[in-house]
Amino acid sequence: MTMEMPNLVPVLPEIVVLAMTCLILVVDLFLRDDQRDVTYLLTQATLVVAFALTWALGDDQVRLTLFGSVVNDPLSDVLKLFIYLLTFMTFVFARPYMKERGLHTGEYYVLGLLGVLGMMVMVSSYSMLLMYLGLELLSLSLYALVSLNRDSTRCSEAAMKYLVLGAVASGMLLYGMSLIYGLTGSLNVIEISHAIVRDGADLPMVVAVAFVVVGLAFKLGAVPFHMWLPDVYEGAPTAITAYLSAAPKLAGFALFVRLLAEGLGPVTAEWQQMLMVLAVLSLFLGNVVAIAQTSFKRMLAYSTISHIGFVLLGLLAGTNDGYSAALFYVVAYALMSLGGFATILYLARRGTEAESLDDLRGLNDRNPFAAFTVLILMFSMAGIPFTLGFWAKLAVLRALVQVDFVWLAVFAVVMSVIGAFYYLRVLKMVYFDKPVETAPLARGLDFRLVFGANGLAILGLGLYPAGLVALCAGAINV
Amino acid sequence: MPYVYLAIPLAPLLGAIIAGLFGRQIGRAGAHWVTIIGVAVSFALSLWVFKHIVLDGAPVYNEAVYTWMATDAFRFEVGFLVDNLTALMMVVVTGVSLMVHIYTIGYMHDDPGYQRFFSYISLFTFSMLMLVMANNFMQLFFGWEAVGLVSYLLIGFWFKRESAIFANLKAFLVNRVGDFGFLLGIAAVLMYTGSLDYMAVFGQADQLAATTIEVLPGTEWNLVTVIAILLFIGAMGKSAQVPLHVWLPDSMEGPTPISALIHAATMVTAGIFMVARMSPLYELSEVALSLVVVLGALTAFFMGLLGIVQNDIKRVVAFSTLSQLGYMTVALGVSAYSAAIFHLMTHAFFKALLFLAAGSVIVALHHEQDMRKMGGLYKYMPVTFVTFLVGTLALIGFPGFAGFFSKDAIIESVHASSIPGAGLAYWLVLLGVFVTAFYSFRMFFLVFFGEERMDDHARAHLHESPRVVTVPLVLLAIPSAIIGWIAIEPLVFGDFFAGAITVAPEHDVVGEVGHHYHGQWSFILHAFQAPALWLALGGVATAWFIYMVRPSIATAARERLGFLHALLDRGYGFDEFNNQVFARGTLALGRGLSSQGDARVIDGWLVNGAARLVGWGARVVRHVQTGMMYHYAFVMIAGLLVFMTWFMFA
Repeated sequence: MTMEMPNLVPVLPEIVVLAMTCLILVVDLFLRDDQRDVTYLLTQATLVVAFALTWALGDDQVRLTLFGSVVNDPLSDVLKLFIYLLTFMTFVFARPYMKERGLHTGEYYVLGLLGVLGMMVMVSSYSMLLMYLGLELLSLSLYALVSLNRDSTRCSEAAMKYLVLGAVASGMLLYGMSLIYGLTGSLNVIEISHAIVRDGADLPMVVAVAFVVVGLAFKLGAVPFHMWLPDVYEGAPTAITAYLSAAPKLAGFALFVRLLAEGLGPVTAEWQQMLMVLAVLSLFLGNVVAIAQTSFKRMLAYSTISHIGFVLLGLLAGTNDGYSAALFYVVAYALMSLGGFATILYLARRGTEAESLDDLRGLNDRNPFAAFTVLILMFSMAGIPFTLGFWAKLAVLRALVQVDFVWLAVFAVVMSVIGAFYYLRVLKMVYFDKPVETAPLARGLDFRLVFGANGLAILGLGLYPAGLVALCAGAINV
Repeated sequence: MPYVYLAIPLAPLLGAIIAGLFGRQIGRAGAHWVTIIGVAVSFALSLWVFKHIVLDGAPVYNEAVYTWMATDAFRFEVGFLVDNLTALMMVVVTGVSLMVHIYTIGYMHDDPGYQRFFSYISLFTFSMLMLVMANNFMQLFFGWEAVGLVSYLLIGFWFKRESAIFANLKAFLVNRVGDFGFLLGIAAVLMYTGSLDYMAVFGQADQLAATTIEVLPGTEWNLVTVIAILLFIGAMGKSAQVPLHVWLPDSMEGPTPISALIHAATMVTAGIFMVARMSPLYELSEVALSLVVVLGALTAFFMGLLGIVQNDIKRVVAFSTLSQLGYMTVALGVSAYSAAIFHLMTHAFFKALLFLAAGSVIVALHHEQDMRKMGGLYKYMPVTFVTFLVGTLALIGFPGFAGFFSKDAIIESVHASSIPGAGLAYWLVLLGVFVTAFYSFRMFFLVFFGEERMDDHARAHLHESPRVVTVPLVLLAIPSAIIGWIAIEPLVFGDFFAGAITVAPEHDVVGEVGHHYHGQWSFILHAFQAPALWLALGGVATAWFIYMVRPSIATAARERLGFLHALLDRGYGFDEFNNQVFARGTLALGRGLSSQGDARVIDGWLVNGAARLVGWGARVVRHVQTGMMYHYAFVMIAGLLVFMTWFMFA
């Protein structure tokens, strides 16, 4: 009996990230507190190297390796590239904030990188086992990150809630997966799909699908499995919230596509109904409750929920157009959400969190550059033309109309109009109210550059959406 | 090449952005330099494009430079269509704009809003260029609206004056009425052709002409007629045709350079240009052409009459603009598109000249606009006097001057036309010539001759305007005098617009007139055998007799014909009618809807109701969001159970 050596080239980026994480963990032990920037630079270098590797290895081939449990296809490449990019930006935004609060530790970066590794595994896994491992690697890193500020009761409470509820959700997901394994006899996505086509789906499969959908919905934060989200977003240090809100959503999206669209494709009709319920509830609750918020962070949390509703709408269309629209949306969302939390990080100072909406009042008088970026962000979130968010919404709505879910599209538009209210209210505060605070915003050049680039990217991609549209369309091949 | 075309509108835009956003940093001189350089670049490139396309005979450029959105059904693009028509318009727009920019240095010298003003006029130039260079309806609409927006900003430039605010609101509202029709027209084009691209739409024009739709139940309308009329409603707003002309006289509230740039030379010509551009559509609808002729002729004659009773120098010129726009519209209606564009061009030069010269007089008299307080100025302001005379002669169509050729070409074309309404139009435009000559020379005599009626303080400070004012006047006076002589042969009777403008054989009045054309001299000699020239000279003579020889006649006439004077003074009561019926009616309707519909139904039930509902919902949900972990877990598990039971039994 011979053991064939699997092809490791497709997983090279994962190997590099893992090796570098271990290296950074060791190096960090020998650094003094004031040398922590070395850890930061090593972390960023790791992301850059991983980006370059994924870029160089990327083509439009679909490659299976490690006995069919890992896939390397355009979708995984695109998602990974955006995960590196978003995490890179997050670390740039986070560094000054963490320093001011004495949280600038090696753990932050090591856990952040481990989370990235978890996301990479999720994105590339073709086996339910690997999916679960990736998800847990990400989730455990996130639990630890949320509780990074151990002295704050608010953080600890958020972390505890997140951990316990996350464990419940993971249990549900795992139970669903085990049912599927029992019914089809395989962990592999392709084989599951074949088995369902061969044997047909009956009642136990519906139960399994329900458990899987609930588990995944929790990770994305879809209503009614969203309850953790506002509390955790608000409780965690803002830099962690920024991390939490951006890249992991891309990985969660990948699980939906891999598991539901590719593996459970033959029972699309079943999960389509469930996603519909989730999407409608998310759109409604996210937009309506956001209006009542006074905290900018919490408002963004509810806004996330409503955006997740849109992503689910794209997914439930069940067509390639729908999946690529959802991918487009989730990328757009991640950029906008990161920009939103970066605004809070921009405003925050030592001793001030600047989480309240009131802190945004009169921002234009204090810093027109930041105010203009907020303008772009809010326009984009509301879906106003010439911004990225408009195209994202349009793509999803088109995919819905194509499969004759006109009523869903109309509902989504109505909810967007409600949502526009609280985004525009932010702009009213930024441009027309008198500032409460007058202290100048002090952030380094790197922060301002990346922040500006974030805003300009949203505007630029809104003016020239064709490239990103083509990228998303090319990434989806179910 | 695309970069040249792109640079032409973007150079003024860049200037506008720099002067507008960084006006404080770059200062007054910086603001006028940056915008003038931007427009000068644009003008130079336009001249080069004119040479390239017109003189060297390069092929027509028609490409998209930027695709904003491409869906399965539609493409929304920014693209340029540059042919002879566009090239001519580009030169006129940038040329006049450049003169106005330079002139503004002198006119706005002491104004605190100096940088803002330069930013606006450059932005206007950008908008107008986008409009004329468009190769699709979306961009046309963009330019159309942008021009409207900037004119709103400029009419209300002195935003602390009550009357300026009133005037710019009025201009905006009236233009909205026109734009509504315009937008409907574009929507109809998109709906029935599936394209916004000019060439694609023109290619389907015959199918459109073969289609009929029911506008009102039971009435069949030809689709091309519907589209053409809807688009013309837009043109009526922008080009100030009766009954949407009411905004233009009031727009004189803006600073004088604006009156020259926007309300004489460029913006108001947008409608004329648009109809000429759409000639492949208009040619297919005799009904629409007849409407155009009749409205144009009414505007030409009756708006000219109003010029007679005005005392404000700028308002006289404004009413003459209305009347001349009427002439252009008449030309469009009888399918003499080339004559219309020809008159548009000559008018752009001499009307800009007249406005700027009037501005020169106004500044010299310390912003006095009432002609009753002027007189005898020829001694004090020789350059202004001579250039004003050139402009006036061009306006009345004195043989040899620019306006003579273009106006005579229009009158001859109307005479040759057999389209319904052309007979009436012919009489109205002929009488209009007399009226034009009369009010023009009335103004001329009142301002430059006769007794000096200004007060002593003003007289003591009277002097010729500075160079930045007089140089543009001279530069505009030259084309006002000679451009007609040069351009009539290629532009009207040559094949300059071949390919850009379509004329159906049975409407080809210009070709008919062209049979009798044997050079400029014979055109002038021929005019001596036609009534128009004698009417013009008669108008001048009458004005001279009444205002120079026997001023008592004017006073007596005003008393005797009090009713007529009152009618003219009120502009036939259009404003009163609009105020009473539309403004009041709308207000009453609005109040009614507000108290019943808005306050009760919408606010009471929908908005407040929805807000109450949302607020109630938010409170409930906040209760659900207790912060208790076991509550959250409970909701999750409940959700799972609902899912399972629902789908198991569904």
